[in-house]
Amino acid sequence: MTTTMETSAPEHLTKTSRGEAVTLLEAISEALFEEMTADESVFLLGEDIGVYGGAFKVTRGFLEHFGANRVIDTPIAEGGFTGAAAGAAHMGLRPVVEIQFMDFISPAYDVITNYIATSLYRGAGPMPLVIRGPVGGGNRGGPFHSQNVEMAFFHTPGLKIVYPSTAYDAKGLLKAAIRDDNPVLFEEHKGLYRAPALREVLPDEDFVVPLGKARTVREGQDLTVVTYGAMVHKSVEAADILDAEDGLSVDIIDLRTLLPMDDDAIVDSVKKTNRLLIVHEDTRTGGIAGEIAMRVSEKAFEWLDAPMLRVTAIDAPVPYSGSLEDYFLPQVDDVVKAARYLAAY
Amino acid sequence: MSDRDSYGLGRKELHELYRALRLTRTAEERLEILQKQGHVTGGLYRSLGQEAGAVGAAFALRRRDDGTGDFLAHTVRAAGALFLFGGDLEDFFRQYMAKGSGPTRGREANVHWFDFQKGFVGPVSPLGTMIEIMAGITLSFRLRGEERIGMVFYGDGASSTGAWHEGLNFAAVQRCPMILMVENNQWAFSTPTHKNTRVASFADKGPGYGIGADSVDGTDVLEVFDTVRRAATLVRSGEGTRMVELRYFRRLGHAQHDPQDYVDPALIAEWEKKDPLDQYRRRLINNEWATESELDAIDSEVFEACRVAAEKVIDEPKPHGPDAVDDVYTDVRVAYPWTRSEAPNPAAART
Ligand SMILES: Cc1ncc(C[n+]2csc(CCOP(=O)(O)OP(=O)(O)O)c2C)c(N)n1
Ligand SMILES: [Mg+2]
Repeated sequence: MTTTMETSAPEHLTKTSRGEAVTLLEAISEALFEEMTADESVFLLGEDIGVYGGAFKVTRGFLEHFGANRVIDTPIAEGGFTGAAAGAAHMGLRPVVEIQFMDFISPAYDVITNYIATSLYRGAGPMPLVIRGPVGGGNRGGPFHSQNVEMAFFHTPGLKIVYPSTAYDAKGLLKAAIRDDNPVLFEEHKGLYRAPALREVLPDEDFVVPLGKARTVREGQDLTVVTYGAMVHKSVEAADILDAEDGLSVDIIDLRTLLPMDDDAIVDSVKKTNRLLIVHEDTRTGGIAGEIAMRVSEKAFEWLDAPMLRVTAIDAPVPYSGSLEDYFLPQVDDVVKAARYLAAY
Repeated sequence: MSDRDSYGLGRKELHELYRALRLTRTAEERLEILQKQGHVTGGLYRSLGQEAGAVGAAFALRRRDDGTGDFLAHTVRAAGALFLFGGDLEDFFRQYMAKGSGPTRGREANVHWFDFQKGFVGPVSPLGTMIEIMAGITLSFRLRGEERIGMVFYGDGASSTGAWHEGLNFAAVQRCPMILMVENNQWAFSTPTHKNTRVASFADKGPGYGIGADSVDGTDVLEVFDTVRRAATLVRSGEGTRMVELRYFRRLGHAQHDPQDYVDPALIAEWEKKDPLDQYRRRLINNEWATESELDAIDSEVFEACRVAAEKVIDEPKPHGPDAVDDVYTDVRVAYPWTRSEAPNPAAART
């Protein structure tokens, strides 16, 4: 729609091509940058994403490189600009919308669930757009800067929901999401954005991670843990403890895409270990654990040797103070306890 | 309106205004000290340069502590209004330090707190919502035939939200006795006002809602007071909803983490010359409404009050973790995840 401005790629967006390790946040920036470079129809909308480069600096340098027609600083109107993104998608553009904190996606709930997700079904055509932004707790952000929003949208046929846990997946999944012809809600855990442990050197090539496919984080025999997002890393910590102290080996499945869900990966693992623990950071009632347990009940009930359990946040708004939030969020110790109980069952 | 006009305020009230301005400034400066010492949880939002808007406006309302007065919905940039409505200084620090002893018991941040007796309702973060809430609060005043009015503050950026429009339109149509204070500090985070609205003045929005609107120099506490007092009289006497734009400048970043390198430093320097406290202090002295030593005494009294309150709160305990499950419902206690209880009971887990 516009010509790319004649500037060379900013250094901080080309680390991978120089063989340097990137954080999860940098992986997301690279994915956006590469997709915008490859496809002129991709453009960005969001609050403070241009001049400021985004509240978390995901789009730092984009305005200078791509210009104001492809990096649009919007009014504070999540409903308005998400709806406008849908209109642009009708016209063949591929908008990527940033929600500054996903807690503020709620004004766009109407247009996402009633319009965007139903578009294809109503005969109005595909909706190739991505709505992305930071989610998750642990940052002492309080009730409005900490929420996970997947389950508010999980009940929406027509929408895909993605939630990466590593830099590699974040980059590959976001590229796949931008190329997907369906609307994708893309959740980025702000606690993982700059986590030093997640820095990795990514392949210097154009790769995607397909939507709808889970990843086996580690192989084990005694117990399956199904999880996603930040809880992948807490589950790995717990598995290390269980291995060292109890001699238990844990099969860890990272869902990566929540909707549609990779049932096969879950069921195959449960058939191997016969025990299932689901771990998610979102609150408990109406959390994804309930859906997973039901699918396992439908597809692998005979293989279960123990009740299915879940470790989740408690059913409350996200509290602000550290002491309350630590209690509210699922912790490594909770995973260890639940796993021990299941293993001994 | 001349510099010599005190708008009918006596010496005592003029001093009270000065104290409220100074308290806002000093309490926020104390927060910065506390933050450097590592005592503050989360972001720190200053109202530097905007104090007079909040103070002048709140001063024009009927402030009571028995649940019969006017009502306020403030923002982080209107801490001065919160203090005038009786918001306690220690509670202010408790909120920023996420103390269990604070009004929200560590569950919510900064100025997000409530006292319906004193007549204030703190904001939620999603912008615009409080206009809807204040529309309902003031609707109830009208329905009950009470002579009370409400005042809701929001920034220029918040005016872009659907909630802002829906709430204001509802209030206008229902003739809710409410004043919307638009804090036009020329920025919404890094976004300049012209990217949030195409009107040159927020007062231009009034006719679109069929309501009266004023625009006032938000650095001049007496002018703000006078404008809002006249607006309040109209609102109270049945005109319904009105809007008042406060014109000023956000002289610091959005919050402490924002170095605001997108703002021209020359502009900041220019607005520094219009500092509301300096301005008002000069006016008090030039008009002989106060002496230097009277004002110095207020300054040191406020400084001490802030220091003492902050020191006291530092040592107060953090909330107790399991309190996180309280107050989700009035009558039902949410279940603990079973892993949080003592050694899990297999029988219980099976049910
Ligand atoms: C619905 C919504 N979207 C985004 C945000 C994130 N946010 C918090 S403050 C802010 C800027 C607000 O600007 P303005 O209303 O002018 O108030 P100011 O900070 O200038 O006082 C933004 C975008 C939010 N709180 N709510
Ligand atoms: Mg503003």
